Amino acid sequence: MPDWSLVSLSVLFGLTARWAVSLNSYSGAGKAPMFGDYEAQRHWQEVTYNLPVEEWYFNTSDNNLLYWGLDYPPLTAYHSLLCAHIAQLINPDWISLHTSRGYESISHKLYMRATVVAADLIVYIPAVLLYSLYFSEGSSKKQVSTMLCMLLYPGLILIDYGHFHVCFPQHWNTYNCVSLGFALWGVLGLALGWDLCGSLAFCLALNYKQMELYHALPFFCYLLGKCTRKGLTGKGLTHLLKIAGTVAASFVLCWLPFLADPAQALQVLRRLFPVDRGLFEDKVANTWCSLSVLVKVRNLLLPQTQLRLSFAATLLAVLPSCIKLFVHPSVRGFKLALVTCSLGFFLFSFQVHEKSILLAALPVCLLISEIPFISTWFLQVTTFSMLPLLLKDGLLLPYIVTSLAFLLISITLLSALEQTSEEDLKLKQLFARRRKHMPRFNAPLLAKSGYVLSVLCMAVLSFLSAALSPPARLPDLFPVAISLFSYVHFVGFLIYFNSIHLTEISSKKTQKKTN
Amino acid sequence: MAALTAVSWSWFLTLAIGLSLLKCLLITTYHSTDFEVHRNWLAITHSLPVSQWYYEATSEWTLDYPPLFAWFEYGLSHIAKYFDKEMLVIQHLNHASPATVLFQRLSVILTDIVFIYAVRECCRCVNGRKESKELLEEPVFILAVLLLWNFGLLIIDHIHFQYNGFLFGFLLLSVARLLQNRHLEGALAFAVLLNLKHIYLYVAPAYGIYLLRSYCFTKSVPDGSVKWSSFSFTRLVALGTIVCSVFAVSFGPFIAMGQLPQVLSRLFPFKRGLCHAYWAPNFWALYNAVDKALSILGLKLKLLDADGASKASMTGGLVQEFRHTVLPSVSPLTTFVCTLVSITPAVLCLWRKPQGPRGFLRCLIICALGSFMFGWHVHEKAILIAILPLSLMAVDNQRDAGIFIILTTTGHLSLFPLIFTAPEQPIKILLMLLFTIYSLASLQRLFRKEGSLLSWLEAVYLTGLVPLEVFCEVVYPLTSWQQTLPFLPLLLTSVYCALGVTYSFFKLYLSMLTEPEGMQKRKDQ
Repeated sequence: MPDWSLVSLSVLFGLTARWAVSLNSYSGAGKAPMFGDYEAQRHWQEVTYNLPVEEWYFNTSDNNLLYWGLDYPPLTAYHSLLCAHIAQLINPDWISLHTSRGYESISHKLYMRATVVAADLIVYIPAVLLYSLYFSEGSSKKQVSTMLCMLLYPGLILIDYGHFHVCFPQHWNTYNCVSLGFALWGVLGLALGWDLCGSLAFCLALNYKQMELYHALPFFCYLLGKCTRKGLTGKGLTHLLKIAGTVAASFVLCWLPFLADPAQALQVLRRLFPVDRGLFEDKVANTWCSLSVLVKVRNLLLPQTQLRLSFAATLLAVLPSCIKLFVHPSVRGFKLALVTCSLGFFLFSFQVHEKSILLAALPVCLLISEIPFISTWFLQVTTFSMLPLLLKDGLLLPYIVTSLAFLLISITLLSALEQTSEEDLKLKQLFARRRKHMPRFNAPLLAKSGYVLSVLCMAVLSFLSAALSPPARLPDLFPVAISLFSYVHFVGFLIYFNSIHLTEISSKKTQKKTN
Repeated sequence: MAALTAVSWSWFLTLAIGLSLLKCLLITTYHSTDFEVHRNWLAITHSLPVSQWYYEATSEWTLDYPPLFAWFEYGLSHIAKYFDKEMLVIQHLNHASPATVLFQRLSVILTDIVFIYAVRECCRCVNGRKESKELLEEPVFILAVLLLWNFGLLIIDHIHFQYNGFLFGFLLLSVARLLQNRHLEGALAFAVLLNLKHIYLYVAPAYGIYLLRSYCFTKSVPDGSVKWSSFSFTRLVALGTIVCSVFAVSFGPFIAMGQLPQVLSRLFPFKRGLCHAYWAPNFWALYNAVDKALSILGLKLKLLDADGASKASMTGGLVQEFRHTVLPSVSPLTTFVCTLVSITPAVLCLWRKPQGPRGFLRCLIICALGSFMFGWHVHEKAILIAILPLSLMAVDNQRDAGIFIILTTTGHLSLFPLIFTAPEQPIKILLMLLFTIYSLASLQRLFRKEGSLLSWLEAVYLTGLVPLEVFCEVVYPLTSWQQTLPFLPLLLTSVYCALGVTYSFFKLYLSMLTEPEGMQKRKDQ
């Protein structure tokens, strides 16, 4: 039985941190023209409120798609519509057609922030609460610590609550908590064995942000694997049909207004997946960007070839883990596959943005109680990898504070640094087999020193990129250094998570037998 | 013991660091005019010779703290110049560049180290009689959280902007030293505190009497009354030397320059009104409310002449004198007498039946609360002088824990009007909830064997704060009363909270006057 006062205190802490971070972004007020995610969100409210559904995704005289055109699935549009209706009650100027462009005021910002908090409170936080109280390991105190850690993960807070100003022609907005929250509900559903609810929740996530496709393969493989296990002719088939029905129904429901006319649906799809944007933008810690330090892939190959190349690479990266999950569907394997797939997508797929790392961070959050050492390390690196973006937003202070707080919590509450034995790192399986070929080494010491070294490097790089101006010949020196540094880590983590997922055969088999 | 302290040090450090990180997140929040006040003092002390510190009046926020605080600002100004030299120019009124904000905020956060150290010393004085394995249920841990994460200190210092943490550090340090029977150090810390901010004169009677009675007289007659022959002259001399030398260092130069009257006139301005702009929840708030109610009643029943009734609204947001309509008006002298009368029994009790350092602590809180209840132009922030020391007693016994809950909840809620800007509202409410939930849950768990902390009436009263707050923050702005009755939320809040504060004051008094029997019983056992 968890202590409810501690639980509510943790939630309050999470909310306090969120709102305090959001206060920091007010400091940049008045930097006109402030055409960024904030304006995009506001503009969508304007469009969805004033125009009929048929015009939302089309370029018309009232809807200039080049000016922050809607490029998210329908659920995002509905959410905007809901927010717009509330905005209409408070102040119609906020969303009046055409005239409200570039609107900015303190009260409107407050309203936008409040909508994020509301969405967070309704979708993400309850899911975290349920997950950490019912599916994380350890005593009730440990569970509360896990929950606090998940709630205070800096990356999500900084992006959802800090990021407001910067202009990026990218697929992303500030309501990450909604799509990630729905995905988490999906995981919860599957973990509880309520496959239909789980797939419904995941469909909602997918219809909120197409980026959730990063998580789609594990969901698919897990459910399919589970059905085949039940026998594809009898029970399994009906189960599969039920799931397929749920998925189809939820998609139809979400897309209902756009299904009347095939042109509508096609246009929405075209808006969702613009492939003409190039292999990557800015400095992102994935393979293509890192490779471009040596080879300029973007200039060497045709865009079509780039697309195919990245597709093939992504597939190769995620396939082992997917096959494993399909053959041995288990909840733990499912969580690991979520990590490896989203990380594989992040590292190899086409048109990746720095913020997409949040998609890999979410499943890693789920592993905090199992493998605190690696998880918290990974989460630190993800926050760090977004530093160039945060610096542009003027979020240096909240970045430092929240990262330090996260480090403090992970070391003291989760005692991450003490859980570095082979057992704790789940590497026993792997090492047991290769013991003969490998020289003996002190895993805990190695892991710990690696962690400390990495944290120190992050601190130094953060300091350098915040305090120094780069040499004139290399204006991107620090962002590139940060993305390379993070890339090396991510590759390491990908290998690690893959190996522990792929080597856990025997233990799961024995567990299954005992069950 | 060594092992225990080594272990306890790590959690304490975690708490303190976590708190400091939270404070850092609040750097960019709204800051009140006190920010400009302290910037101005930085400029004055940095750019003028000492002889002009208390004469400078370019800004309306003249230096009105005692000399040691001026020296403190002088010291800070030498670091400030590395951040932004412009803030040290007296003429740059309302200068608030990002570097200035960062410096001023960081100076508050860093000088809070004094407070953190003092809290640690206080925690050492807690007797860990509750033997439990759970760290969360240790009185030491609870006390540390209650003090470090105190809601009032957080919002006043780190949003509103002041150096209270630093000052309360000295107060708690002196309390801790007295609890540890290191009287001279305690006296030194308190003397320094008095010369940093003179508002702590309110609790000086408790210090004076306690040190005289329990330090200068070394023995008591068995029935508790003073044994005159045990007076130790050397102790008095030592005490006097310490206190006087602190005052000499602080005020000496100004006396030498013949500026003492000027300094004192700055320190004690009696031109202000009975109540501060926002009413502190004290006796005068109730008094004003009764007056208001009577005048309205009188007008309705035609007992009062409408023209004769004062039309000045009590809380126009201005610090001004206010004439009561029905009840007699209050003069500074009256409040002084009331304050004196209210604390005399407690001080006498401390003299006649000293109950060791704990009795002193209780007397100190009563002095603080008495002056808060009846003082002239009391600021609602002054409630912290009672709340922080009361935390020490709250973890000690169940009765005081109950009083603590009532006093902190009402006292803290009355601080709400200080933070009135829209973006900071959620932070204020979240921090308040955090503190209140924690204090309720942890103290209740600590004393779970002794039953509920609050009687049902008290619980109902405290629950009533929620609808009150909802009305003031949500419902009221939507009504038309906003134009006709602009002071209504402040009035309601302060009157409602005044009930709780008054109640805790009397309950605390009662416990002081009835304690001796309990104490003796414990001694007999």
